[in-house]
Amino acid sequence: MSFLRRRRAASTEPTPPALPSEEFDSNRDRKKKGGAKNSDGKKSTELMPTSTSPPPVKKWSCLDGCCWVIGCLCSIWWMLVFLYNTMPPSFPQYVTEAITGPLPDPPGVKLRKEGLTANHPVVFVPGIVTGGLELWEGHQCADGLFRKRLWGGTFGELYKRPLCWVEHMSLDNETGLDPSGIRVRPVSGLVAADYFAPGYFVWAVLIANLARIGYEEKTMYMAAYDWRLSFQNTEVRDQTLSRIKSKIELMVATNGGKKVVVIPHSMGVLYFLHFMKWVEAPTPMGGGGGPDWCAKHIKAVMNIGGPFLGVPKAVAGLFSIEAKDIAVARSFAPGVLNKDVFGLQTLQHMMRMTRTWDSTMSMIPKGGETIWGGLDWSPEGVSSCTSKWSKNNGNGSTRYQPRKINYGRLISFGKDIADTHSSKIERTDFKGAVKGHSLLNKTNCDVWTEYHDFGIGGVKAIMDYKVYTAGSILDLLHFVAPKMMTRGSAHFSYGIANNLDDPKYQHYQYWSNPLETKLPNAPDMEIYSMYGVGIPTERAYVYKLTHPSECYIPFQIDTSADGSGEDSCLQGGVFSINGDETVPVLSAGFMCAKGWRGKTRFNPSGITTFIREYDHAPPSNLLEGRGTQSGAHVDIMGNFALIEDIIRVAAGAIGEELGGDRVYSDIFKWSERIELPL
Amino acid sequence: MSFLRRRRAASTEPPPPAPPSRESDSKRDKKKKGGAKNSDGRKTAEHPSTSTSPPPVRKWSCVDGCCWAIGCICSIWWLLLFLYNAMPPSFPQYVTEAITGPLPDPPGVKLRKEGLTANHPVVFIPGIVTGGLELWEGHQCADGLFRRRLWGGTFGELYKRPLCWVEHMSLDNETGLDPSGIRVRAVSGLVAADYFAPGYFVWAVLIANLARIGYEEKTMYMAAYDWRLSFQNTEVRDQTLSRMKSKIELMVATNGGKKVVVIPHSMGVLYFLHFMKWVEAPTPMGGGGGSDWCAKHIKAVMNIGGPFLGVPKAVAGLFSIEAKDIAVVRSFAPGVFDKDVFGLQTLQHMMRMTRTWDSTMSMIPKGGETIWGGLDWSPEGVFSCTSKRSKNNNGNVSTNYQPKKINYGRLISFGKDISDAHSSKIERTDFRGAEKGHSLLNKTKCDVWTEYHDFGLGGVKAIVDYKVYTAGSILDLLHFVAPKMMARGSAHFSYGIADNLDDRKYQHYRYWSNPLETKLPDAPDMEIYSMYGVGIPTERAYVYKLTHPSECYIPFQIDTSADGSSEDSCLHGGVFSINGDETVPVLSAGFMCAKGWRGKTRFNPSGIKTFIREYDHAPPANLLEGRGTQSGAHVDIMGNFALIEDIIRVAAGATGEELGGDQVYSDIFKWSERIDLPL
Repeated sequence: MSFLRRRRAASTEPTPPALPSEEFDSNRDRKKKGGAKNSDGKKSTELMPTSTSPPPVKKWSCLDGCCWVIGCLCSIWWMLVFLYNTMPPSFPQYVTEAITGPLPDPPGVKLRKEGLTANHPVVFVPGIVTGGLELWEGHQCADGLFRKRLWGGTFGELYKRPLCWVEHMSLDNETGLDPSGIRVRPVSGLVAADYFAPGYFVWAVLIANLARIGYEEKTMYMAAYDWRLSFQNTEVRDQTLSRIKSKIELMVATNGGKKVVVIPHSMGVLYFLHFMKWVEAPTPMGGGGGPDWCAKHIKAVMNIGGPFLGVPKAVAGLFSIEAKDIAVARSFAPGVLNKDVFGLQTLQHMMRMTRTWDSTMSMIPKGGETIWGGLDWSPEGVSSCTSKWSKNNGNGSTRYQPRKINYGRLISFGKDIADTHSSKIERTDFKGAVKGHSLLNKTNCDVWTEYHDFGIGGVKAIMDYKVYTAGSILDLLHFVAPKMMTRGSAHFSYGIANNLDDPKYQHYQYWSNPLETKLPNAPDMEIYSMYGVGIPTERAYVYKLTHPSECYIPFQIDTSADGSGEDSCLQGGVFSINGDETVPVLSAGFMCAKGWRGKTRFNPSGITTFIREYDHAPPSNLLEGRGTQSGAHVDIMGNFALIEDIIRVAAGAIGEELGGDRVYSDIFKWSERIELPL
Repeated sequence: MSFLRRRRAASTEPPPPAPPSRESDSKRDKKKKGGAKNSDGRKTAEHPSTSTSPPPVRKWSCVDGCCWAIGCICSIWWLLLFLYNAMPPSFPQYVTEAITGPLPDPPGVKLRKEGLTANHPVVFIPGIVTGGLELWEGHQCADGLFRRRLWGGTFGELYKRPLCWVEHMSLDNETGLDPSGIRVRAVSGLVAADYFAPGYFVWAVLIANLARIGYEEKTMYMAAYDWRLSFQNTEVRDQTLSRMKSKIELMVATNGGKKVVVIPHSMGVLYFLHFMKWVEAPTPMGGGGGSDWCAKHIKAVMNIGGPFLGVPKAVAGLFSIEAKDIAVVRSFAPGVFDKDVFGLQTLQHMMRMTRTWDSTMSMIPKGGETIWGGLDWSPEGVFSCTSKRSKNNNGNVSTNYQPKKINYGRLISFGKDISDAHSSKIERTDFRGAEKGHSLLNKTKCDVWTEYHDFGLGGVKAIVDYKVYTAGSILDLLHFVAPKMMARGSAHFSYGIADNLDDRKYQHYRYWSNPLETKLPDAPDMEIYSMYGVGIPTERAYVYKLTHPSECYIPFQIDTSADGSSEDSCLHGGVFSINGDETVPVLSAGFMCAKGWRGKTRFNPSGIKTFIREYDHAPPANLLEGRGTQSGAHVDIMGNFALIEDIIRVAAGATGEELGGDQVYSDIFKWSERIDLPL
């Protein structure tokens, strides 16, 4: 017993002086009861008689055992934590270098040694999903979350109160703006998108490297916006576009007239296209900056992984929310799409929420069949889907004859139909078909999706059309989600302009579509398209019907549809092609490769364009984290080659000095096949 | 033994299928060894013998006991943690309400019910110390701290690597700008100063209440700046003033032309005075906004606890770094001034660091003897220092004793007797021009540089012989003891009173933050509020003594043994105190709005309306209230409900008259009358 008493004396609690042994024992029993609260109370009462036995010989009770085990674990844990904290901060680097040899200098350090210094101010335009959102006003259930991040960070609230979270993250279904009584606003400043979740960088690596050559907050600006809203609505609600304009003007003025380098990522690319039109358009619809605003303020636009012409993934996301990952949500926050969070109705909840986000509609494929291919042709045509295309571009791939894939059929119902020639498919037009009355008891479904207004007739009509190209996809979405598409078509357009001088193209709904707008009149500006290649990217889908049940989404990707060979492009119901995992090469590269190259009708002032592709190489070992040569849509933000290019341009270099185009994929070949009058 | 095996099965480790008792025993021993790593290894060696005894009867070893105790504590801790997390977030409020009765609605909720909504955009200007600073470029020792807060937050780095921290927080001693290879920059956005440390709010309560009536980030702007730099240098290095101008213009433009309400706090008040002059001055020295910029963009300036005329505390801080707390550092981060951090030389380290911060010199008392009093008079004159003055401001209760006259004008006296004696009885020897003497100390042993090390016994004696320093001679004193620092300071700040405001020299930026040497802008519709707490003893004058000479020392320190005779004496621990908000005396916070700018004066040619709003300090009624909703303390006042209500009403469109005009508890008007300043 004596050690026990000593133990207590060492702790902060005051020991009763010279306690009689009897009292001491009962004292300990009380303690034991306290510790047994989470165990069942019965055992502790059984222990009473044993604890009165002579101290040196004692039985171990269950409780003691528990405490003992927990104590051991805690001690070891604390010791490890202590060791971890006392570890010098450069220790992981030593380990890495010991294993893999000396690491290359990060680009910032390397270029600083070359003598580069901060020159042009830089503007970051984050993409969808990556920007943080915080609560400014909420309902009862969100008490105490004022100015806490709802989106980004740890997503703690999603797990604690999922329904409340969905309610606050959703926008109004009619207006696409705030629901009444809820204000969720973008986080501002560099913290908005430097890390998406703790340890998961987005812009942080780029920021850190720019800081090495002298950048700081006065020369770096994160143009954070509420990525759930349609682009024009960010101006209507938050005046975000005005703020970006003012900030860019300020940065140019305070940096001695040096123009800014803009770095949009993902959907930010479209947002910045919209901005460039908005800023030169006259008020009240535009910013009233005058026709030479871009020429005066922008040196270069360095688009990273830009879905200029949309992404097929967006279609799957809107159609059945089944996108492998709508944009990047799933890879970011695996829990978001976990079925456990909302019970069985996760998908419906997610669908209902994401369908209120107008911005998702900005990424529906644009340009219809001209760009994305028709029933029996596609610009990519034949493509061999080995796990690594670009390493052997041309030589190695001739050993076998890859099959032609109808990439133009974005959605096919059934694998057979995806393969057959169009003349052999019987199609019934679904437009105008009666949707039928819903047979389902709607009151049982506590989640509203537009599919519930939808009867068997409608589902069948969709099935009977069998194959959907980029053109008919729009009709399909209008058919299954009329309300959503009504909102969307007020803000976005997906066509190709015949006559760009038509006054209707002065409306903001065309501003984010590069095929319906002219670039600004800024001959000294440069436009870069920088994206990763070498990763299979979703390009077309095979769908099937789901088993009807209450509250269901009637379509889903047929995950059983697989290609025949190992190198087949069809896997799990998805036809894939070269890209950066989210954006196919065609979408990211076409405008800079052909649509804007030279003086075209889309680029009347002949802005120089450059394509910079970054071949994907997975991290060679775990210590590298997400890799320094990655080409994946978000991980590319940590790609050293890309960062080096950006720093060089920010420090004053022009595209020619970087080496002009840098191409690994077949983007030029594919672009040639697209017949677009220029 | 069986329970142990059961326990293991329940955990995630796969249980060994029916192990013989011997094997399981030895297994447990191995475990025990793991747990005993941090104990001495000798004890574990004894175990194998005991573990062979029959399982049901076992001796408890010391290690087992330790583990058992830790286990108990952990379990209880986790249980409590779990309960705490499972607790509904409104639980603390229930408890508080059960004890103290229903709480009043926060002002935002109350005013929302009255129908107020967001109207004018608001601009916050934080004071010294409260804004966060983060690292952008550092030396080797600061590896891994990129974009981490060096100032604000948990101050974790201060404890982990104190010398590195001091090195990075210091500025260059010659230029007052960055030392080479180090870039520490202000955090931007509302997060810059909403909380100073976790749980210690500064602007957060005000922000939350404004949000209740509809404010959000597009209508609120935290004008964070690097508070270590002199005001003009924030523009030179970071273009902070230009950013502020651009942001205010943007907010006015995107809010339908509604002018902004500016809310500076503490030193931010001086910073904004500087801004108002800068923005209308022509480029390149100014912002080139034109002479009607303020009239067009500013509805009201609501100064909170503004040290318009400086604070005596700043003198003590610069002279001997002994200020009870220079500005608010100590109350914020008690550890910063802890002697333990740097060992014995804490004070010197702190002194060296803070002396590179030019901004501290903006708060040296301004206006000299005219404002702060001379050898034998002071505007406050007789003052009774009961612990709670302002409650009985009708004069009745305080007449039952005769308070002694205190020479508040003598900001620094050497010795308590001298502070009391009449000036004619004090023999003073002028120290100006005295030989500083050569330092007798072996400087190489002092690894910290302060200007006192260039200073011999002669200099110290000369200073002591002058005996009494008023606000006028304080400047000479500081020039004498810290010539390099003051040389930097006098290029950026000025402490006099202008005879002729139209003199061309007053177009220089060093006068812009001194309200006695500048005119207010030509903006007759603008309103200026001075809002501050009263009812807390505030440092006003000091009694100093010499320290024992030793190596690496600061030769002067406050004579903490000097106490007044009676209980209600104003002299405690070498400090004469007066009414104020704990940092800024009433005189400094209120004089300009009470007299200097009231009506059309030469300092206020367009007749901008001024209002004084005093908030009487009431300490929090109980612990659950935290820092109180009626506090008048310099920083805690930011959570004062009455002050927040005033701000919200003005932001929603009210004018000063609608608030009720002046609200005064102190004798500020009486004191102001005694100041003989030509207006």
